[in-house]
Amino acid sequence: MGYELIDHTGDLGLKIRSVDLKSLFCEAATALFDVISDLDLIEVREEREISVVGMDNEELLVAWLNELLYLHEVERLLFRDFKIIEIGEGKLKGTAGGEALREEYHIIKTAIKAVTYHQLEVRKENDGWSGRIIFDI
Amino acid sequence: MWEDLSVRIEKVDDYRWRIPREGKMRTDGMVYLDERMLNQIRQEQSLLQVKNVAHLPGIVGNSLGMPDIHWGYGFPIGGVAAFDLKKGIISPGGVGYDINCGVRLLRSGVERSEIRTRIKEIVDALFRNIPAGVGSRRKDLKLDEAQYRKVLLKGAEWAVKQGYGLGEDLEHIEEKGCIPGADPDLISQKAYERGRAQLGTLGSGNHFVEVGYVAEIYDQALASALGLSLDQVTVIVHTGSRGFGHQVCDDYIRVMLRAAEKYGIELPDKQLCCAPIQSPEGENYLAAMACAANFAFTNRQLITHWIRETFEQVMEIGPGKLQLQLVYDVCHNIAKIETHEVEGRKQRVCVHRKGATRSFAPNHPDIPAAYKKTGQPVLIPGDMGRCSYVLVGSQRAMRETFGSTCHGAGRVMSRHQAKKAARGRAVARELEDRGIYVRGASVATLVEEISEAYKDVSDVVEVVHAAGISKKVAKLKPMGVIKG
Repeated sequence: MGYELIDHTGDLGLKIRSVDLKSLFCEAATALFDVISDLDLIEVREEREISVVGMDNEELLVAWLNELLYLHEVERLLFRDFKIIEIGEGKLKGTAGGEALREEYHIIKTAIKAVTYHQLEVRKENDGWSGRIIFDI
Repeated sequence: MWEDLSVRIEKVDDYRWRIPREGKMRTDGMVYLDERMLNQIRQEQSLLQVKNVAHLPGIVGNSLGMPDIHWGYGFPIGGVAAFDLKKGIISPGGVGYDINCGVRLLRSGVERSEIRTRIKEIVDALFRNIPAGVGSRRKDLKLDEAQYRKVLLKGAEWAVKQGYGLGEDLEHIEEKGCIPGADPDLISQKAYERGRAQLGTLGSGNHFVEVGYVAEIYDQALASALGLSLDQVTVIVHTGSRGFGHQVCDDYIRVMLRAAEKYGIELPDKQLCCAPIQSPEGENYLAAMACAANFAFTNRQLITHWIRETFEQVMEIGPGKLQLQLVYDVCHNIAKIETHEVEGRKQRVCVHRKGATRSFAPNHPDIPAAYKKTGQPVLIPGDMGRCSYVLVGSQRAMRETFGSTCHGAGRVMSRHQAKKAARGRAVARELEDRGIYVRGASVATLVEEISEAYKDVSDVVEVVHAAGISKKVAKLKPMGVIKG
């Protein structure tokens, strides 16, 4: 379980694997902030509730990650702790725990500008779930 | 379909390659490349993307690829496609995330020798005065709601009215710095929030401000008409609509995914999602895209103002001597409603240019009086270590490419590969040894943006020049760069 990076000329992608759909979404979010910053330096000081909608699991994954990215960009939050409370019927509810960026302490490794729909995939495998997602950087 | 990279391609001449219509394609593809480039990009998916675009309803003329073509979301970067206003579609993927990312060029009344010893001072001051990098924000520019809406409605004109720049600047911006039809009511709260603190900032990635000089002139008469002379100091600004444009794109991709289904548009790739131009979804996207485009025009206008201020402060000379005048400002991620001659008759079309630059011929009504005889200036930035080009538009571009040409170099290495290639090297130092002083918001940016990570822009420009879709005027070389 976990994730690997897909190296691409213009962009950066992730392949994620997990035991179930909920943890796949958590893995994807963890990977997102692992790419953006150093997870070890992020403390959980506040929590945000997140609700998004989407036509299918793929769109929900993009919406979930884009919502986290939005909070990162506008409120300068870094997250490391994720929970999916419910997922299904075109809705996702979850929480993200983390803290506001401290300029002198945290590092920003990669600026991710958007989570895209390109080659997007969320799939049930024999032994769990897999996902593929590409970021615009 | 995605796994099948084999695309049938026929040679038309040394710089033109046709992807013949087959299956459900509605037209041919046409890419502008030399043979070496073709062999390189055959391994990518970008030719397949040119083919995919040819499937879309209402496409007029060919699905086009410029020599800097590379893989993009749905539409390739370096792709151009025009659609009939009645039967055609509009697609956010055909514009890109960074709506109205573009380039502007300033010329000056100063020679290279006059700033050579002060370039570090100038670049350091630019770096202080223009926020750059990840999530860069501007603390001294607070917009109230009414002003913010005006930015979206009026574009660069708003900036000039606030004292950021000169009235004459507006004449020398594509569309005079304002895409008509913007509707701020169609912008999500999220886009407002993301854009709020980012107006007047450079952003990250390949965005930059570059101080350089005219290193070579290919056509003296054209260069003079554009006010360019050998050794003259120039400044290039490359940035776009920041998080605002990204959010608009994301918001409307979601709308278009549903619209494509609603209107029964068959898509070879989901990211080509689109809606008929004449549908509520299509019209709304165009009006929202115009807001983002106007945000970007304003952004480049504000940055221009701070560039002028910086030069005046560091050089301790007035604007009269400095003469930092706008040569031109082009969009390279945009959809425009334009009139083109198609099979002998004038037709209104929606031209998507994604990583492509408008290249209008002499005497076109949409170009400023100063350039009626030369054709529209076309600005092609290279990577931070090589050079950039000034070209002009041509009749051939009007006939073949809906008045479009290339936009830049295009990456050949992923950021990860670039990091590997640069491991153990002092990139800033290497550039300094070559007379280019670079300040980056982070070391990572400089490393990811090394010259070798890009195609040589000279090769790209050679193709568009030889193919006749624009004409070389001058080459610019960098002296100092700030990178986001």
